[in-house]
Amino acid sequence: MGTIIEAVNLRAYYITNAYGVERTVQAVDDISLKIEEGEVYGIAGESGCGKSTLMRVLLNAYQPPLTVVGGDVVYTLDGERVSAAEMSDEKNRDLRWRKLSYIPQGSMHVLNPVRRIRDSFHDFISAHRDVSKAESYQLTAEYLRDLGLPEKVMRSYPHQLSGGMRQRVTIALATILWPKLIFADEPTTALDVVVQRGVIQMLKDVQQKEGSTLVLITHDIGVHANLADRIGILYAGKLVEEAETQTILNQPRHPYTRYLIESLPNLESRAELMSIPGRPPALDRPPSGCRFHERCPLAKDICKTVEPQLIKIAPKHFTACHVVEEELSHAS
Amino acid sequence: MPADALLHIEDLTKVFHIRQGFSSQEFHAVDNASIVIDSGKPEIFAVVGESGSGKTTLAKMVLGMEAPSQGNLRYKDRQVAALSKREMKNWFYHEVQPVFQDPFAAFSPLKQIDRYLYETVYNYKMVGDKKEAPRYINEVLSEVGLTLAEIAGRYPNELSGGQAQRVAIARALLTKPSLIVADEPVSMLDASLRMSVVNMFRKLKEDNAVSVIYITHDLATAFYAGDRIAVMLRGWIVEMGPTEQVLGNPLHPYTQNLKTSIPSIKSDEAWDEKIDLAVIETDEYTRTGCKFAGRCPAVMDICHDNIPPSVEHEGRSVKCFLYDEALPAARN
Repeated sequence: MGTIIEAVNLRAYYITNAYGVERTVQAVDDISLKIEEGEVYGIAGESGCGKSTLMRVLLNAYQPPLTVVGGDVVYTLDGERVSAAEMSDEKNRDLRWRKLSYIPQGSMHVLNPVRRIRDSFHDFISAHRDVSKAESYQLTAEYLRDLGLPEKVMRSYPHQLSGGMRQRVTIALATILWPKLIFADEPTTALDVVVQRGVIQMLKDVQQKEGSTLVLITHDIGVHANLADRIGILYAGKLVEEAETQTILNQPRHPYTRYLIESLPNLESRAELMSIPGRPPALDRPPSGCRFHERCPLAKDICKTVEPQLIKIAPKHFTACHVVEEELSHAS
Repeated sequence: MPADALLHIEDLTKVFHIRQGFSSQEFHAVDNASIVIDSGKPEIFAVVGESGSGKTTLAKMVLGMEAPSQGNLRYKDRQVAALSKREMKNWFYHEVQPVFQDPFAAFSPLKQIDRYLYETVYNYKMVGDKKEAPRYINEVLSEVGLTLAEIAGRYPNELSGGQAQRVAIARALLTKPSLIVADEPVSMLDASLRMSVVNMFRKLKEDNAVSVIYITHDLATAFYAGDRIAVMLRGWIVEMGPTEQVLGNPLHPYTQNLKTSIPSIKSDEAWDEKIDLAVIETDEYTRTGCKFAGRCPAVMDICHDNIPPSVEHEGRSVKCFLYDEALPAARN
């Protein structure tokens, strides 16, 4: 098992120029990460921290004003190394949906309201493969049965299905061509807990059945805990901590991650929980030094001026924080 | 009927009609709901359930925005439906105030956010002299951790979601209400901001003796904030009682289902068994017996054709045949 997708010093900015006012939003700033084949990689962080932007760039599906100003994304699909920066449009189209698939945010609204579910599937399959209607119906029926969805959804229109069922149908649609790499952006955010559980189970099923790689974006740490193998924590366009899920949950080191984990309510105790003071910074004028220093209870002078680098603090555990770095150098 | 009730809801029902062609089907969005909130003892009353469980319809009826089809709704021993328009404005809305889900939808993007606060103060004649308005507004804003200087002249888009929601709560507090009806007040907010809003409800209850009806689909915050809880399913209140008992040891199979569906951050609690989801939501509404019979793991023959009674069991009320003493055979 090798690396399937790799981001190298990726920088993606929203550059707008309206009425002579130029504005640059540094939504993804110098992010490097490697995702292994067959793993579930979770990306977590507050809204506005660059999660969806990062996904769009990783998927090579972005348009202006979003611009990649530095770095590259490299895919290794079926032994072939492809760089996103050098990829032709044709190659990009060829990869998309067959090799790379994407479950967008609020995806239960993407189904065509005036077509039956089976016809939406046929439209989709026939765009990528040479199949007859009967063949794609059969393929769809088999796939839905595999995933435990009732057969009657085939003939239904989207509005006849509940929200959770629509979401599961969309996931089935996005994965029916067995892509190697699946991106899911907040797949369960608008759903109730019971339905969310059903959708998570299904994502797990799809991922395990095909051994595909899943990149999961959500702000809900509980969902990550149930699905992800590794988690990367984003803050203000930077990757601030990355580790295996259990490490993030039990031994988070970055002060921001610690806040995120500690502010989660649970059903065991009603003791008062703290919330993070302040708000995430606007990314057109990011703070100097560490981008978290304005909200960080441990901030020192160095944090205000010098940007911390992502360093390895344990096997598979990386964090970008001056305070942690200092503690480690004292310990050794 | 208890004379000292702040809010007395008795067998409240709301019937909607779904029309399909020439036929019309009735469905009960809220079906015989009964809730009493005492006036002497401020509390946070949580209402939880999936989308389409009737939570919002219940809230609208309590706020006088939707007329009940049947049943009694009394506030401070006065029938809300019988109040005149003048009484609604001069008395009822001083006493009962709403907070809605999306603060950015509640405030016009073209209007400075402090204008709403001034308007509320003037409309409800909260100050004798208009010159005193800023001082009064500032005083109320300080309850939610803001100052007038911070928000004066700002438009909604300049505030974070948490700040905007706190302004919405401050606006509700301006009339010095005894009851706040908050419909999904935190579901648009990030996990870190969620706690700041929920903590504020706890503080308002303690310091200002305001009761809150907290409507949410997030069980963890309902447990954290709520003193009592009602679990709704397709218009029914299926379980109601003290939060620690209901969520600590749920009795109704649906509440149990909800509780186990909260994604836990503990790995040893990963889900093994599969759950069934509703395919089509309206099917459950129009079911003749128990609405949960189609998905219930403990379903019995009697559940399919008969409506279960609400029985008192272990300090809460449960609407389930499993706990019906009249059916000893059913308990096994």
